[in-house]
Amino acid sequence: MSIGASVPRDRAKRLLLGRGNFVDDIALPRMLHLALVRSPFAHARVGNIETVEALALPGVVAVFTAADLDAAVSSWRAEHRLFPAMAAPEQFALARNTVRWQGEAVAAVLASSRAEAEDGAELVAVDWEELPAITNAKQALAPDAPVLHDDMASNLAFETQVMAGDVDAAFAGADHVEQETFRFHRHSGVSLEPRGIIAEFEPSESRLTVHQSHQTPHQQQDLYARLLGLPEHKVRVICPDVGGAFGLKHHLMADELVACAAARLSGRPVKYIADRLESFLADVHCRDHEIDARMAFSDTGEILGIEIDDLFNAGAYGQYPRSSIAEGNQISRLTGAPYRHQHYRADVHMAFLNKSILGHIRSVGHPIACAVAERLVDLGAESLGLDPIEVRRKNYLDGDDFPRTSAGGVEFEQLSFNGCLDKALEIVNMAAFRREQAELREQGIYRGIGVATFVELTAIGPEYYGEGGQHISAQETCLLRLEASGTVRCYTGATDQGQGIDTGIQQVVADELGVALADIEVISGDSALCPVGGGSWGSRGAALAGEAALRAAATLKQNILNIAASQLQKDPGELNIDQGMVVDAGSGAAHMAVSEIGRIGHFQPYSIPDGVSADLTVTERYASRGRMFLAGNGLQIAIVEVDVDSGMVTPLRHVVVHDCGRILNPLLVQEQVRGGVVQGIGAALYEELRYDDDGHLLTGSFADYLVPMAGEMPDIEVAHIETPTKTSELGAKGAGEAGTAGAVGAILNAVNDAIMPFDATIAETPITPPRLLSALGRI
Amino acid sequence: MTAKTRRIALTVNGEEVSREVPVRQNLVDFLRHDLGFTGSHVGCEQGACGACTIVLNNETVRGCLVLAVQADGCEVRTIEGSGDLLSDLRESFHALNALQCGFCTPGMMLSAEELLQANPTPSRQEIRDYLSGNFCRCTGYQAIVDAVADAAARRRGGAAL
Repeated sequence: MSIGASVPRDRAKRLLLGRGNFVDDIALPRMLHLALVRSPFAHARVGNIETVEALALPGVVAVFTAADLDAAVSSWRAEHRLFPAMAAPEQFALARNTVRWQGEAVAAVLASSRAEAEDGAELVAVDWEELPAITNAKQALAPDAPVLHDDMASNLAFETQVMAGDVDAAFAGADHVEQETFRFHRHSGVSLEPRGIIAEFEPSESRLTVHQSHQTPHQQQDLYARLLGLPEHKVRVICPDVGGAFGLKHHLMADELVACAAARLSGRPVKYIADRLESFLADVHCRDHEIDARMAFSDTGEILGIEIDDLFNAGAYGQYPRSSIAEGNQISRLTGAPYRHQHYRADVHMAFLNKSILGHIRSVGHPIACAVAERLVDLGAESLGLDPIEVRRKNYLDGDDFPRTSAGGVEFEQLSFNGCLDKALEIVNMAAFRREQAELREQGIYRGIGVATFVELTAIGPEYYGEGGQHISAQETCLLRLEASGTVRCYTGATDQGQGIDTGIQQVVADELGVALADIEVISGDSALCPVGGGSWGSRGAALAGEAALRAAATLKQNILNIAASQLQKDPGELNIDQGMVVDAGSGAAHMAVSEIGRIGHFQPYSIPDGVSADLTVTERYASRGRMFLAGNGLQIAIVEVDVDSGMVTPLRHVVVHDCGRILNPLLVQEQVRGGVVQGIGAALYEELRYDDDGHLLTGSFADYLVPMAGEMPDIEVAHIETPTKTSELGAKGAGEAGTAGAVGAILNAVNDAIMPFDATIAETPITPPRLLSALGRI
Repeated sequence: MTAKTRRIALTVNGEEVSREVPVRQNLVDFLRHDLGFTGSHVGCEQGACGACTIVLNNETVRGCLVLAVQADGCEVRTIEGSGDLLSDLRESFHALNALQCGFCTPGMMLSAEELLQANPTPSRQEIRDYLSGNFCRCTGYQAIVDAVADAAARRRGGAAL
């Protein structure tokens, strides 16, 4: 069996030799380079744009402004039909008349090199008229706030409510109510490889070919076809090696659309690679939520009700094509999801303001939902004088509670909260930690431990976006082709950004088909070659594309056995395939090699009787039904040390117990979980896109925007429980959100535990030294 | 604003190279776009992320913080020219999945090799500290630390993988 084995990745060998093929490694004949003229203001009217000087510069080939692009590309609105009341203002590839965030592009310069294009961009003279900037959601929704979009009456983009039971009665009857106001500041995915694209347009055929660092080639094919008015089969999107994505690269970005339009207008290939400052300025961002939250308890620690009010923002527009509402939606669905409470109300308000657009970055909403509920559980336990672990146990959904629709409206098949807790407590000796903690406090050393239980929504099926009217989350299809030599090509709609889904699918096909891993090549990331699929995001690869691969392999196997049976004068049911050989199903005795079947099937088909199903190129599909997500779960424990003089927090130990159903490849899952934890620790302690009151970004470099490096990170212990989903034969759920989902809550609780002797609390991330010292009353 | 140029002669991955380069061009852009050694990557152009780490006269440097003209007369080695030198590190990185997207990997391995040359018996924290100039967004760093420790152990004749 290959499934469940720690198989290293084939693709890694090439990357280790420096022979990767990232977008910026590709050069096409007569390729031009694009640089963008970006707004220095968060909000401004755009007056005259003077391009004469730029055009006179050697190397500069063209300068385009908004009006020039009209002939090449249309505008868009980030609508979602499930939320018809959500405002979706019109956005253009290049801003016209008004810019609404610092970094929004107003002109495009094409030149023979990037350096010359940047020289040209500096010479484009724009008449700006600065307007007042709105930089937080409260300000945006104030009655006298200037309205950002002309066709709107206010800056309120959307409001929604999730409600279950009788929340007011639950709170009125509670023995104890805990409340806290949380702030989760803005950050982003910060892939090491920035966004990048090469667009080439063949006018004689109206053909657009795009090489893009992206997660969803078919989504992009659809969007480019529609926005550029091209027949979809004339648009091909190829995703070569992708240098990290994390949701950052599954959106449509205005900058990339400018590159496509510029290729069309110039008739030459156009490359655009975001630099790091542009990445911080104009990438999709995430979080930026302020949440008032309350939790009602009985005096024995039973959670009676939860109420949250989430105020966040979409940035300047809704993110296309997914819209920006999902983070608020996930928070409203997931807060307190591990618990049995039945009285629940979540209000979500989303505003527009003058910052880059908020979109979907890894673990959308999860870290916030988890941190809010888990902090309130700790606070409640402390107030009631109860053990926070026991309060969790008392309230966890368990055994007979499943299947269940949570108070937040999420369907749970079977989750393992108590199992994860048990396993975590085998790894971490709580009593020993408490003893050590008490001893160290005597010496002025402050350590804390934090527990965070999380639900992980994975495998986002077609329904959420299908009902929303967007062409995003497709059914998954796998195409398998038995070559004449008996080796197999596998074409999938999933995409591999390093998480290793190519290898996972290879393992599934190898096992189901009965051939060696080395005899299978997985081909992904090409909208012309691969069957239409949703790509990889929202932890959907293994669960959805994996299941499609399993089905395709079963069909191909059947056809191979049909052919073999016809040659051997046997019934296909008497045969099996093992290690590349057709064998007797009972005795295992070898009959003939699969390579023989390839030869006969392709070159001696006349020897196969009519009516035998003998296709050696097969496709099968998988479309989940009746659910939007597949829920997994887990628990994290963080141990940190707080320097109460400097405000520095040092993560000392981090434990994850995770249940993502059946695991295809532990080696890949473990490090993906760890990578997620480190991103969560980044959000908890370091990462913040800070703006001043005028909406100017203050964190435009890695000197200002801190990311976790190896030296600050602890070893991260990962253990698994496997509760396979019964909704598929493969049984896999997604695994990519877990690390990030729980780390923020675990760190937040650990820091608060550490500073408990000072009667101080903190409810704001990242927990920077100034914030922590302020919480401690030291500054 | 026509860019000034200057001719430079240097050795890159064992081959002698002579080219006319803009004086403002940084070394990693020269290696990538003029010579086609695209194994060194550009992640920030500010000397912070380490993706462009290369070896200049036997010391690792940020390829984005060195101008091409400063490499005149120098010996440059990139990931592409480090084949045999890194074979054990590569094996360890592969077996232990010490990379996901692979964008940081060339720089990470060149930094790791420099560490192992200077300190054949690094502790885990020493490995972590030495690699703290190389940003990895995908892994949790742990597999990278494991891989470097593994390669160090094998160089000492210790347990493999």
